[in-house]
Amino acid sequence: MKFSEKWLREWVNPDLSTEALLEILTGAGLEVDAVDAVAGEFSGVVVGQVISLEPHPDADKLRFCKVDVADDEYLDIVCGASNVREGLKIPVAKIGSVLPGNFKIKKAKLRGVASFGMLCSSKELGLTESAEGLMELADDAPVGIDFRHYMDLDDVSIDIDLTPNRSDCLGVAGVARELGVLTNLDLTKPEIVDVLAETDSSFVVEVKATQACPKYMGRVIEDIDVNAKTPLWMSEKLRRSGLRSLGPVVDVTNYVMLELGQPMHAFDLDTVDQKIEVREAKAGETLTLLDGQTVTTHAGTLVIADASSPIALAGIMGGSQSSVSKNTTRLFLESAFFATEAIAGQARKYGLHTDSSHRFERGVDPSLPIVAMERATALLKQIVGGKAGPIIQQISEADLPKLDTIHLRYQRIKRVLGIELDKQSIEEQLTRLGLHLTSVDDGWKVDVPSFRFDISIEVDLIEELGRLYGYDKLPNTRPQGTVLTSNITEKLSSVERLQQLLISRGYHEAVTYSFVEPSMQLLLAEDSKPAIKLKNPISADLSVMRTNLWPGLVQATVYNANRQHQRIRFFEIGRVFKGDLESIEQQRQIGGLIYGSQNSEQWLIDDRQVDFFDIKADVEALLKIGQGEISFKAEEHQALHPGQSARVYKNGSPIGWVGALHPKLAKPLELDGKAYVFELNLDAVLSKQVPAFEILSKFPALRRDLALVVEDSVTASQVDDCLRGIDSDILKSIQLFDVYSGQGVEPGKKSLAIAFMLQHQDRTLTDEEVEILLKMVTDKLEQELGAAIRS
Amino acid sequence: MMAELDSQLQALNEIVDEAKVAIANADDNRALDTVRVEYLGKKGKITAYLKQLGNVGVEERPVIGKSVNLAKQDVSALIDERNNLLTEMAMNAALAAETVDVSLPGRDSDIGGLHPVTLTLQRIERYFKNIGFDIAEGPEIEDGHHNFTALNIPEQHPARAMHDTFYFDADKLLRTHTSPVQIRVMEEQSPPLRLIAPGRVYRHDSDLTHTPMFHQVEGLMVDENISFTDLKGVLSDFLQAFFEKPLKVRFRPSYFPFTEPSAEADIECVICDGEGCRVCSHTGWIEILGCGMVHPNVFKHVNIDSEKFLGFAFGLGVERMAMLRYGVNDLRLFFDNDLRFLNQFK
Repeated sequence: MKFSEKWLREWVNPDLSTEALLEILTGAGLEVDAVDAVAGEFSGVVVGQVISLEPHPDADKLRFCKVDVADDEYLDIVCGASNVREGLKIPVAKIGSVLPGNFKIKKAKLRGVASFGMLCSSKELGLTESAEGLMELADDAPVGIDFRHYMDLDDVSIDIDLTPNRSDCLGVAGVARELGVLTNLDLTKPEIVDVLAETDSSFVVEVKATQACPKYMGRVIEDIDVNAKTPLWMSEKLRRSGLRSLGPVVDVTNYVMLELGQPMHAFDLDTVDQKIEVREAKAGETLTLLDGQTVTTHAGTLVIADASSPIALAGIMGGSQSSVSKNTTRLFLESAFFATEAIAGQARKYGLHTDSSHRFERGVDPSLPIVAMERATALLKQIVGGKAGPIIQQISEADLPKLDTIHLRYQRIKRVLGIELDKQSIEEQLTRLGLHLTSVDDGWKVDVPSFRFDISIEVDLIEELGRLYGYDKLPNTRPQGTVLTSNITEKLSSVERLQQLLISRGYHEAVTYSFVEPSMQLLLAEDSKPAIKLKNPISADLSVMRTNLWPGLVQATVYNANRQHQRIRFFEIGRVFKGDLESIEQQRQIGGLIYGSQNSEQWLIDDRQVDFFDIKADVEALLKIGQGEISFKAEEHQALHPGQSARVYKNGSPIGWVGALHPKLAKPLELDGKAYVFELNLDAVLSKQVPAFEILSKFPALRRDLALVVEDSVTASQVDDCLRGIDSDILKSIQLFDVYSGQGVEPGKKSLAIAFMLQHQDRTLTDEEVEILLKMVTDKLEQELGAAIRS
Repeated sequence: MMAELDSQLQALNEIVDEAKVAIANADDNRALDTVRVEYLGKKGKITAYLKQLGNVGVEERPVIGKSVNLAKQDVSALIDERNNLLTEMAMNAALAAETVDVSLPGRDSDIGGLHPVTLTLQRIERYFKNIGFDIAEGPEIEDGHHNFTALNIPEQHPARAMHDTFYFDADKLLRTHTSPVQIRVMEEQSPPLRLIAPGRVYRHDSDLTHTPMFHQVEGLMVDENISFTDLKGVLSDFLQAFFEKPLKVRFRPSYFPFTEPSAEADIECVICDGEGCRVCSHTGWIEILGCGMVHPNVFKHVNIDSEKFLGFAFGLGVERMAMLRYGVNDLRLFFDNDLRFLNQFK
């Protein structure tokens, strides 16, 4: 809501500086968003009149004017504007005046002709953003008078950002009412008198949709002069409220809307076929709107129609065909109450947002239409003349919003706000707001006036009291509450611990968008099931929900690789979205990517590129926190290198993947080099065994190393599985510590070295039992893996 | 006899003198050890000297014996002294040889870092955990009921339009705020409740000061005696703790469908200390969070008796807190994942 300070002060004029006034509004919840001067800074500009003009001898477009500024002599001024003409009144910047931007007007020669000043456009004076030609002033503008004074330009435009509940302040009257309450002042309202019917011209009005339109008022006004000029005071108020002057009839309806908050519309009655009908549209009716676009109606949209077709989208925008034109002589003036539910959301369906829809979808005082009708009629008669007919009205009392009586309990005020207000001030404050209070045992019964339709329950009244008391004056307290229990499970490790571990291993945490580019998603997905798609993405490259964390991590890597980073390690923790809309899985995952050098360039370390075992170590480290049985199985993933990818299992269940990105993806992903990725289900990683202490043996431990030769195809995990099957209470740990192939080992085979740590809980081991165990181990390896034990 | 004795003692002195030279000439511990064996060992020169004393008279024996003992002690002391010196010299030499340029960088010291959004979230979580709040989570793909209806934002309410929602179909959407977590928790648990719900939220908006995804923290406290002044107290204390400054906090009336009374909190600009700068649009104040008392209609949706229980809720933007805390001047940097940016946060 934008309006000028002077306009507001016409209604209520507290003895406060502009700044203090704005602070009061903001403090009361009418947040001041912007304050702008209504004109640029200038001085020395006066009203002048062009007395005569002659062509410039040397320039086609320039004219040589004599201008009266009520000085002793006419000023000689050269002007290039196309609308300059004899008798025209304009703002004149005399020699010595200063225009916006500190532009000083001096005597100048234009193509050899001396010019003593400048005729101004509205843009040059900072009144408008753009202008065509000189600013034309009214014929009765007094020549010689200071232009700032004439226009009353020492004023500011105030833009307040209203919350959706305060649409009662979408008119100067509403803001003034609020300011009056806040400053304890009465309002000076303009006198609005009923305009008596001068003709008996009427028109048929049929309201078919009474629920959507409980109140419809119309009036015929004949013999108007649409070519009359909007008076300066009105066009200036409109301009300072952010509206352009569009001719006297529209200016009046806009003015009344800004003043009172009631949107209105004027039809050219001669274009309306037989009657006005307020009804729901059928699907597929067409209507060309004032802004030139033709819309096809959705079924159910409330329209104003005549006997043949819709002529306006009710409460949103009128049609162009029925709008007031240069030839209009008869008006049908509309002032109606449309239910919020009927208008809300409708404008958006047509891609529209108008001053009218903005108000109706938030709510308008249902008692306003008659006031607005009288106000507009009087203003129209004053400006465009004409004769008004009687007011035609269709009112469905049953469909009008009910005015509630609210029970306000004294004790409840204290419970909600936290302080005790005295009863008298409560009554005074609410009464000033226009509410009617009746005392009852525990408080009051409160009747709410129609203009505060946002107040409907007790707590709304309590908010008003808090607001008027001043939120800032309320004390700050600390809550007194019940002591709560809390959960400190050890079966989960913390996300923070995982983050710290990865950071220590050189990873940076990335935060990437949850929606990604569809083709990139497809390249990196585990399978080709379609990702969940947004209906209205912000752009095509952010249009599907990620099914894993890799697209974002790859993108972050490419971004940094392109900026000469040699060593990149990223991780991200976040949700991924799988399944379809019927059953969406939104799992929390932890994923990472490493790329480039293993170390940053360093004087001690020979650099090498990262490989599979670097990232696997990171995954192993992460999983060690939670303990549990971890295994890595060579399985294939369409985005991973088939020879360097493993599915990760924890306690027998798959929890994620680790591997090299498939080399075929390097090009489409614009990755110049190998990247290794992992992703694990976060909850699975976090799940943790509570440590169960095992008594430390006091007896010596023995280490026995075995070297065995197996086929190349035998994997470490096969060896591991084979040895894990040994049931022994002296075998404490098994460690594969060397893998060798080459000289001394038959081609196609490899040599493995394994250390066995042996210890008994209660006594020293005997040679015999060690030998028995080792025999068992070697037999098992020989039988199950065809291993040859090397001596 | 005396001459004999003198000559005997003279011979001993000569051995000792000879030993002194040998000790002084020993230039490492091994050489010194050889000297020790040569003079003090079982087959050493002093032992040999004793052995050849067979013909010394009985009365002279004590004199000679005493002299030999003194000589042994002398030589032994000199050897020890030399030994200490040599040990120290060897240590010094070794230390000198092992001296490194300590200003050269250590091996593999690189660490990564946490994203500033995470750092900010962690501090917020830590604060509220300390005063007894739990951390709650909820889905990011939400339904209209939890994101809007249950929060007293019915269909066609203008506030729905203000949310610039991403939709999947007529009902499923990306949550536009973390407030639906309130609803999910209150559906499951009974008061008293204290929780915060941090997480990602989404709005269909992208320009200099908006990204389509950002982070919020929702807070909720429900108990039998919770008032608006408590809300002011808790949030003022939090904001001062977060910025580690006794900054001014201002509460202004506002509107959210799910709270009544509703307020917006402003803090004194942390960049200019309220003097007025570009960041605060020269007002000295920065809008920091929205809050209010839980609306009775919200309690009704989750079957909590609003006569018995009262509560407050708040929501704050994490990126905004991070920008103010660290002085970051461009919101979009949070999602570029530029290492030059991330490296500034550890």
